[in-house]
Amino acid sequence: MNATTTIDPVQLADAPVSSRKGFIRSTILGERKALIGLLIVLFFIIVSLLAPQLAPYSPHQKVGPVYAPPSSKYPLGLDDGGVDMLSLMLYGGRISLLVGFAAAAVAIIIGGGVGLIAGYAGGKTDGVLMRITDYFLVIPDVPLMIVAAAIFGQSTLNIIVIIGLIYWTSTARLIRAQVKSVRERVYVKRARALGATNTRLIGHHVLPQVAPLLVANTVLMIATAIFAETYVAFLGLGDPAAISWGGLIENAQNGGAVFHDAWWAVVPPGLAVTVVILACTMMGQSIEDSLNPRLRVGHLSVRRFRMRALRGGITDP
Amino acid sequence: MTIAEPILSARDLHVWFDLGEGRELHAVRGFDIDLYPGERMGLVGESGCGKTTAILALMGLLPASASVAGQVVLEGEDILARGEDSMSPHRWHEIAMVFQGAMNAFNPVKRVGAQIVEPMELHGTASGREARQRAGDLLEMVGIGRDRANRYPHEFSGGMRQRAAIAMALACSPKVLLADEPTTALDVMVQAQILELLVSLTKDLGLAMILVTHDLPVVAQACTRASVMYAGEVVERGSTATLYHEPRHPYTRMLFAATPDLWGDEDVISIAGTPPRLDHEPVGCPFAPRCDSAFEPCATRAPKPIRVGDRHDAACHLNEREIAGATT
Amino acid sequence: MSAQEQDTLLDVEGLVTRYPIGRGMVGTVTRREQLWVHAVSGVSFSVAPGEMVALVGESGCGKTSTAQSVIRMVDADSGSIRFRGREIARLSHRDLRPLRREMQIIYQDPYESLDPRFRVRDTIEEPLKIHGIGAGKQDREDKVLEAMTRAGLTPPELFIDRYPHELSGGQRQRVAIAAALVLDPKLLIADEPVSMLDVSVRAGILSLLDDLRQAGMGILMITHDLSTAAHFANRIAVMYLGRIVEEGPARDVVRNPQHPYTKALISVVPKRDPNEQTPPQILTGETPNPVHVPSGCRFHPRCPVAEERCKSIDPELRPAKAAAARDHRAACVLT
Repeated sequence: MNATTTIDPVQLADAPVSSRKGFIRSTILGERKALIGLLIVLFFIIVSLLAPQLAPYSPHQKVGPVYAPPSSKYPLGLDDGGVDMLSLMLYGGRISLLVGFAAAAVAIIIGGGVGLIAGYAGGKTDGVLMRITDYFLVIPDVPLMIVAAAIFGQSTLNIIVIIGLIYWTSTARLIRAQVKSVRERVYVKRARALGATNTRLIGHHVLPQVAPLLVANTVLMIATAIFAETYVAFLGLGDPAAISWGGLIENAQNGGAVFHDAWWAVVPPGLAVTVVILACTMMGQSIEDSLNPRLRVGHLSVRRFRMRALRGGITDP
Repeated sequence: MTIAEPILSARDLHVWFDLGEGRELHAVRGFDIDLYPGERMGLVGESGCGKTTAILALMGLLPASASVAGQVVLEGEDILARGEDSMSPHRWHEIAMVFQGAMNAFNPVKRVGAQIVEPMELHGTASGREARQRAGDLLEMVGIGRDRANRYPHEFSGGMRQRAAIAMALACSPKVLLADEPTTALDVMVQAQILELLVSLTKDLGLAMILVTHDLPVVAQACTRASVMYAGEVVERGSTATLYHEPRHPYTRMLFAATPDLWGDEDVISIAGTPPRLDHEPVGCPFAPRCDSAFEPCATRAPKPIRVGDRHDAACHLNEREIAGATT
Repeated sequence: MSAQEQDTLLDVEGLVTRYPIGRGMVGTVTRREQLWVHAVSGVSFSVAPGEMVALVGESGCGKTSTAQSVIRMVDADSGSIRFRGREIARLSHRDLRPLRREMQIIYQDPYESLDPRFRVRDTIEEPLKIHGIGAGKQDREDKVLEAMTRAGLTPPELFIDRYPHELSGGQRQRVAIAAALVLDPKLLIADEPVSMLDVSVRAGILSLLDDLRQAGMGILMITHDLSTAAHFANRIAVMYLGRIVEEGPARDVVRNPQHPYTKALISVVPKRDPNEQTPPQILTGETPNPVHVPSGCRFHPRCPVAEERCKSIDPELRPAKAAAARDHRAACVLT
């Protein structure tokens, strides 16, 4: 057996002392696309919250003739009941956004939970949970809405729950895949070999790797949920007592707005839904993009390297 | 005695990679090589020394972020002169490569025989029945039966896939074969088989070969000559026996000293420190901070390669001092 | 070996570990025969304090599965694993936890061994937190600094707040070692500790392990590199297809191999000196997969000196007649 010698103790490579760029900084605030999306969503949230202060009229009161066109008095015109469209839009945002966020929360909680348990436990538990996920995936959403509305009644709470129950499956699969992958990483195995409990492994090692993905997924889920609420309301399955953008569109449909050329009864709610969904998508995709391990290895894309003239004496004596 | 011309040479080859924000990585810094027909040359170095980039440059397989200067002379013609235009006619026809990890780069849904036919058809050397026949010949040549041509890659073991990758490289009968870490992921017995194959191919086909590896004993076993790279340049080159018995660069010597030998009794000594970052030009000899023999000129003046023996060059001030001392 | 049994750290007897190959739903329903990967098929060895034992072999030989079984990341099917005299093969994971302090493992990949979100400090402190060691933050920090110094990360203040991506491969491996050392283990299992590091860095890590060994730690090193094993280990056990085919003092196994497989391996390992290469005895084909193990001697289909009886006799590991040391054993009818 030979003794060995080292020459020097270890030296640190002269890398600059950097901390990892904060997650928020590098994804949302860093990317322009995401920032714009965020600002748009924030705008709508604030405006909806301040609806009572901002709305010029009550959203229930007839203030003028049916389908009055936009004017200085009514910036977005009046609907088929003579109610101010702008006020309706401001109050309508509340329900649309509320349902959107709440339903997304339900979907993420269920989906994230199922995905985490399935991915971490593996084996039979994983198999069972994935079969359940598949069943939920197969259920067609609109018929389910109709049936649920008929059985449980059309309340905002029910809508939130139903939308959540329909859309959790994609999150579950995504999170399960990520959890499975992280679970097999060497540093997790090492921590397990040290004697770490499952709680610790999940809390300290798995969740931090899964959380960014969950955030991206949540933002995109909000977009999905808002859209779902809109079409649910449009189909007449929404809460009749609540004002939402989808409900406004449904109202316009039933009230023959097209027949009256009253574009102001249809376009603003549709536009609002579109813009909010677009903003959420921009944010969500931006986060997803920054999470992708983009391989910066240059592709062997032949035909594109450049020639340089050889400068004389690169290394001068 | 006539000395043959090298079949492939590189002269003062430089490769820069654009890192964005005005920064550049000078990955290959004055690479010189001379490869003679039938010769097996080892290109040795550790990670980041530029060996893979250098041989990719020999074939012009560099990405858009790369810029290249220098000469690559194949049978007397500078194939790098006009960049891609002068490179592409020779690629695979005269100079071919077995890439790092080639054994894992097979298309899983195409049969192995078809994948060997592909370069032939692509480069117009053969097609149809003739190409398939030749693919069978190549598979025989690398030690896989011709009847395996219809199998899929996943049916082959790692060693067999590596042989198939070699067959692919030989598809258009090149004169020069570049092999990048051909045995790194393989067991030692399979490694022996592959090295034996490469040696016999160079002998039977008159191929010249550059074998890139970080493993010095592999070079000692399979190659006749070697070039040692550090920080993008060749610091020493010569026959493998000379490099082991009479190294004239401290890095070569220290690298051998850091490699355990199966029966050797000497201490194994690591080299402290890390290679220099190549995004700014090093001042003086790039190895000086880690060298055990650095002296006064090393920190300020970069040594140039000088001849220190029969086809033996080294870039170290110690040799200059010796030669200066010998002539006074 | 003295009459008094040396206090062995780790004693493995007849270890058997196998993995079922999934049959799928169709296979289960049609009652297709359950196939097994016979990763470890009866392995016995021991590690004493201050001793480094190398388990050497090619891929598929079962060396990694053996290590996983010893550290109970995988449950062995049968056999005995005695750690400091205590049987742990079938111990529940709760009872196993306190023992995990004394038995640590470091892995091959320095780039994957560390949680990228943890600073060096957090990685090394984690074992202390898991086992509730250390009387408070300052005490834990002292232990962390001490472990870092033992692992050669000096000065520790320079490294302690870094993230893994700021460190080189060798430095990361030292962090992993420090995280193992902070609990003051008695046995260290090193699974290919240097194979992903540059040559110039390997000797530093290996000599660190050697220093730890000289200070009394027992080390079980898994490696495919015979040269490294020959240089740093006290004893070498050569594995083939789930069995140990030769075992003995490192020097003896490498200079006077007894088993045909070992002889072939040693002949093909490249040496540094180009003038001293041995004529390689290249075996045909590749190692068969451990699902269909050959009958009789596992090695006989590829053995250059196999006889007729080798097809039916499964040789035991016993002292080789031509060996110099009495504890140099080989599993071959010809030795």
